[in-house]
Amino acid sequence: MQNAERIISNSAPDRARLRELRWLVEEFHFEYAAVLDRCEIERWPDFFTEDGVYRLVARDNADAGLPLSLMSCDGMGMLKDRAYAIAHTEMFAPRYIKHLISNIRVTDYDARTVTASANYIVLETLIDEPTQILQAGTYHDLFAMEGDKLLIKERRCVYDTVLVPNCIVFPP
Amino acid sequence: MHNTRRLDDSAAAHPETSIVDLKWPDDPAEIPDWVYTDQRIYEREHERIFLGPTWNYVALEAELPRPGDYIRSYIGSIPIIVARDQDGRVHAFENRCAHRGAEFCKTYRGSTQRFICPYHQWTYDLSGALMSVPFRRGVKGKGGLPEDFKLDAHHLRNLNIACRNGVIFASRHDDMESLEAYLGPVILSQFDSIFDGRDLKILGVHRNTMPANWKLYQENLKDPYHATLLHTYLTTFGLFVAGNKTAIMTDAKGRHATLCNARPAGRPENDDSKAEIRSFHAAMQLADPRVIQLIPEHDHPWTSNAITIWPNLILLRQTNILGLRHIVPAGPHSFMLIWTTFGYADDTPEMEQHRLRQNNIFGPGGFLGIDDNEALKFVQDGLRRSVPRHGLAPLGRDDEGAETVITDRAIRSMYRHYREAMGL
Repeated sequence: MQNAERIISNSAPDRARLRELRWLVEEFHFEYAAVLDRCEIERWPDFFTEDGVYRLVARDNADAGLPLSLMSCDGMGMLKDRAYAIAHTEMFAPRYIKHLISNIRVTDYDARTVTASANYIVLETLIDEPTQILQAGTYHDLFAMEGDKLLIKERRCVYDTVLVPNCIVFPP
Repeated sequence: MHNTRRLDDSAAAHPETSIVDLKWPDDPAEIPDWVYTDQRIYEREHERIFLGPTWNYVALEAELPRPGDYIRSYIGSIPIIVARDQDGRVHAFENRCAHRGAEFCKTYRGSTQRFICPYHQWTYDLSGALMSVPFRRGVKGKGGLPEDFKLDAHHLRNLNIACRNGVIFASRHDDMESLEAYLGPVILSQFDSIFDGRDLKILGVHRNTMPANWKLYQENLKDPYHATLLHTYLTTFGLFVAGNKTAIMTDAKGRHATLCNARPAGRPENDDSKAEIRSFHAAMQLADPRVIQLIPEHDHPWTSNAITIWPNLILLRQTNILGLRHIVPAGPHSFMLIWTTFGYADDTPEMEQHRLRQNNIFGPGGFLGIDDNEALKFVQDGLRRSVPRHGLAPLGRDDEGAETVITDRAIRSMYRHYREAMGL
C-alpha cells in the first residue's frame, strides 16, 4: 500500500470518479481532523470499521523494517480502549491541537475500497508556550466504502518527526 | 588510545571553586533545586559521572549483528558510533572527525566497510582508526600532510567496552571495575533475569525529548510511590498496586536499584490500599484485555521489574514488554530518551505480536509513558520558574526492608552516591 503506483487510467470516466473519490476522502479527513482538534477523542473510533487497524510508526522504524508502533490498535476494542484511556485515565496538561491535511492522493479504488495517502501536520499549543510542530507525517490509508460513506480499514501514520517532543497524547 | 583532553571544554573553563555558593541542605530528605537547574552542576555531572568512572549503556549487540553493522549512540550528551569490525569485535568511538570536527555519521544505523567524513574524505575503519587522508603527499610534490604526520596518532576517540549477554556498555574511564562488579550481585541477578543469554530481536525504537533534568527520570523509576498514584492503568488492572508483593533493592553504593512487583491474578478488587488512590477507576474495563495479558515466560517471581542502572539506563520488564531506555542528557533542563524495544530471537510470531500490542503501555505515546513524561515536565516547569527551595524525598525510612512500597529510600540512596561522585 505504501508505495502503490497509480494504476488509474487517464480516461474521462476514471478522472471524474477520481475527482469524486478525492473529494470524499478529503471530506473524511476534514471531519476526522475537526473531531480530534476538538479533542473529542471518544468519537475517534467511529471513523474505523469494526476490524479497523491503526498504526503510528516512526519513519526510521518503518525504513528499517522494524515493526514497533508508538500507538497500535487492532480492531474496535483496542480503538475504544485507547480513546477511553485518553479521555478518562491519562494525566496530561490541557492542549490545543490542529491537524492540517494536504497532498491527498487516491492511488487505487474498486467498488468497496479506496486506497489513498495524504500528508499531515499536527500543531500543538500548551499554556505559556509557543505553538510547536508535534507531528509531520503521511497517512497511508485503506478505506472501506459503502455508497458515499468511508471508514478506515487501515490507517498507517508514518511520521518524520522521529524525535517526539515530550509525548503524543491524541492519535494523529 | 585515549585522548587526555577534556571532552567538555566549558566544564574545564569553570574553576572548581565556582560552585561554593551551592550548599547541600543538612536534612537528608531534602534535595536542592539547583541539582536540576544549575548549568555548572550539569557540566560537572557530565565530566565526573557520564565521562567519569561509570559504565554507560550504548547499544544492544542485536542492533549490530553482522560485521560492518553500526548504530549512532551517545555517552553523556556526546554522539558516538558503536560498530562491529570484520573480526566481530565491538568498538565505540566519538562521532567527530579528528580533522575538522565534523559529526560525520548522520544515520541512525547501517552497515559499512569504513566511515568517510564527507568534508575532506578522511577515512576511518570500523575500530575508528584513521586509514587514509586524500592528497596526503599533496599535488605535484607540493602541499599535503607534513612528513611526520602519523595517521595512527589520530584515531577517533575510543571508549572502553564491556558486554554482558548482548548488552554493550562503554566507559571513558580507563581503570574501570568489571561491569559485573559495577552492577553488584543484587542488580546483576535481576539484569540476568532479562538478559539470560538468549539472542534478542529488536522490535523498534522510540525517541523523545524531555523538557526535564535527566536525574528526574532515574528518580521516577526508583519511586514506587508514584507508580501506585499517577498511573491509573497500572492501578486499575492490578499491574501494580500498593498491596502487590513488591520489593525495591539497591546495590551496595545505592546508585542502581531494582523495583520488582508481582501482579496478582485478576483485578485487585479487595485491596484496601485502593481507597487512597484517586486514580483507581473501578468502572474501567478493557474492551480488549490482550494489552495487559500476562503470558508466563520467565520462571522468576516478579511480573514487572524496573532496573535503574547508573547513570544512563533504565531496563524495564513489564508483563511481556522488554525494553531499554537510554538517557542522553542535554543541559540541566532537557534530555533525550531512546526507548529500544525487543523480544527474544526464538519468540513465536504470536509472542512477537503480543509484545508489540502490549507496547501500547510504554513509549512517548504509551498509557504510562504519557503520564510520566507529562509529570516530569510539570516538575521541571515548577523548578525553573519558581523561587528556589529544597524538594523533599521524605517517605519511608532508610533501615526498612526491601518490601516497603511507600518510600523514597532509593532516591535518597542515589543522592548519597551522587554527592560523593560530585564532591558536593
